Amino acid sequence: MEQIINWLANILSNASWWGLPVEPAASVIVWAVYGFILALVVAPMAMIVLTWLERKIIARIQDRIGPNRAGPFGIMQAMADAIKMLTKEDITPLGADRIPFNIGPGLAAVASILIFAVLPVAPGLIGTDLSIGIFYVVAVGAFSILGILMSGWSSNNKYALLGAFRAVSQLVSYEVPMVIALITVAVVAGSMSTLTITENQTLASGGWYIFAMPLTFLIFFLASVAEVGRSPFDLLEADSEIVAGFHVEYSGLKFGLFMISEYVHALAVAALSATLFLGGWNGPGVAQAVAASPFWGGVLGFVYYLLKMGIFIFIMMWFRGTLPRFRIDQLLDFGWKLLTPLSLVNLLVMAFIVRLFQPGNVSMGAEIPAGPLASWGGIGQTITMLVASVLLVFLTTLVVRAFARRSRARGFRAIAAIEN
Amino acid sequence: MEIYLFFLFGGIAVVGALAMVFNKNAVHSALFLLLTLVMIAGLYVLLNAQFIAVAQIMVYAGAIVVLILFVVMLLGAELGESIPRWLTLRNSVMVLLALVFLTVSGTAVYDWLYSTQPITGTVTDEVIARQGSVQLVGESLFTQFLLPFELASILLLVGIIGVVVLGGWRLVQHRQRGE
Repeated sequence: MEQIINWLANILSNASWWGLPVEPAASVIVWAVYGFILALVVAPMAMIVLTWLERKIIARIQDRIGPNRAGPFGIMQAMADAIKMLTKEDITPLGADRIPFNIGPGLAAVASILIFAVLPVAPGLIGTDLSIGIFYVVAVGAFSILGILMSGWSSNNKYALLGAFRAVSQLVSYEVPMVIALITVAVVAGSMSTLTITENQTLASGGWYIFAMPLTFLIFFLASVAEVGRSPFDLLEADSEIVAGFHVEYSGLKFGLFMISEYVHALAVAALSATLFLGGWNGPGVAQAVAASPFWGGVLGFVYYLLKMGIFIFIMMWFRGTLPRFRIDQLLDFGWKLLTPLSLVNLLVMAFIVRLFQPGNVSMGAEIPAGPLASWGGIGQTITMLVASVLLVFLTTLVVRAFARRSRARGFRAIAAIEN
Repeated sequence: MEIYLFFLFGGIAVVGALAMVFNKNAVHSALFLLLTLVMIAGLYVLLNAQFIAVAQIMVYAGAIVVLILFVVMLLGAELGESIPRWLTLRNSVMVLLALVFLTVSGTAVYDWLYSTQPITGTVTDEVIARQGSVQLVGESLFTQFLLPFELASILLLVGIIGVVVLGGWRLVQHRQRGE
């Protein structure tokens, strides 16, 4: 990326008649191009490719063949669907509130695309390295709730409104465990910047976070899948209950924007999971390759990144192919009574372990003494965290089992009382 | 560049606030409120307070405005009172001109009073670049403003418990009667 910037800077310095300082102007243009490519090429392509992939994978899971007529392996089927979507009539219902109705889909799609601004997809390739990176992801994700709510309400349709209500109750409740899981990662990494988190996951400093914090990963991934609204958490568009939920009145490209929003958000969740827990672009040979040639090192890192993203995308499709949909009360119980308390306890335990292993330093003028186990280093910390996570999972299982037994016994008593 | 952005964000914020107050439709009012708050977050970014800006967006767009919208939609109370009668075009233009005059004269007086002292604080761009805005906010919360911070958190805790008590009270009574 540096090379591209330098090359563009050279071109622009020959045409410095516009009176802007050359170096920042060149990087601004490079990042603008990066953003345009992300928004205008990657987003629609992600939707097209992922729809095809999803239909194929779910077909295989359900012992079918899936699309296989158009092109090799039916890959042109998604193209044909996209063209069909583009040429359909754009309908605005008569009773709809026109302006929110038209802004809604765009807001949802933009919110999903904006997440990619802080994701380091390859060594040296990141939109912008904010010091508040993962906090930004949460804030931007909030806009997709708003887009759903706006479009659900302005459609002036009872099913759309029901879908919007479900969306709000679901997304707001699952945001809490997701944010707490993100805070846990930030505490362990000592930073909220996605780039620093990626760089902290080398072998020397303790390895990928999925080994240190499998429980945090589980909480984050489940809450994120719920946040995207994918199966088994797809209550906001449960077609057997409320037709299609919030986007029932949309047609043509506006419906397409919702599809883009969903698939790009799923992609962003996969990318974020890969960044936070699988070490982003870290992998065997990346450091050497970057040292030898920044460009080919970047390509290698990008390949690793895509592979890691692919794992999570596949897991999400696997969910969709196998798991039945939650009921709304089960969904909220799961979020508030299990994930939220568990993530809080997890945060406390992880913060305690981090303090034990913290090397001493001087920060903001105050001297911070080293933790008692600081000499064990990153690997020791990883192993301790792993043991703590397994213990936490075990304790949670015990607690959940006790509650389940009690409620089952209560149910039996109630039945017995009725029968007598 | 910064001054243009300031007027862009500030202008949209003011227009959004006016639209929020004078809108007939409660849902539109809530959306304009959000527009205003997001523009104010833009002003925070211009002041190098990215953390506060993102927190503002997260809290308002992610929770508060969404809940306001939720309640308004659930109650079906979208349509409120119409625009009051005293609000004519002439009156509003007069108020606007008065405000412009007040701002201009106030700025002139302010400049005349304080023209010799440049306005500086301890938190400069250089400090932010060295320590990061999150660390700065965290440090001042846990040193200089520890008492207000803890008080605010206790207040929030009391609020949460109060909501649970209010919401769960009927359930508790029901259980007591049932068993």
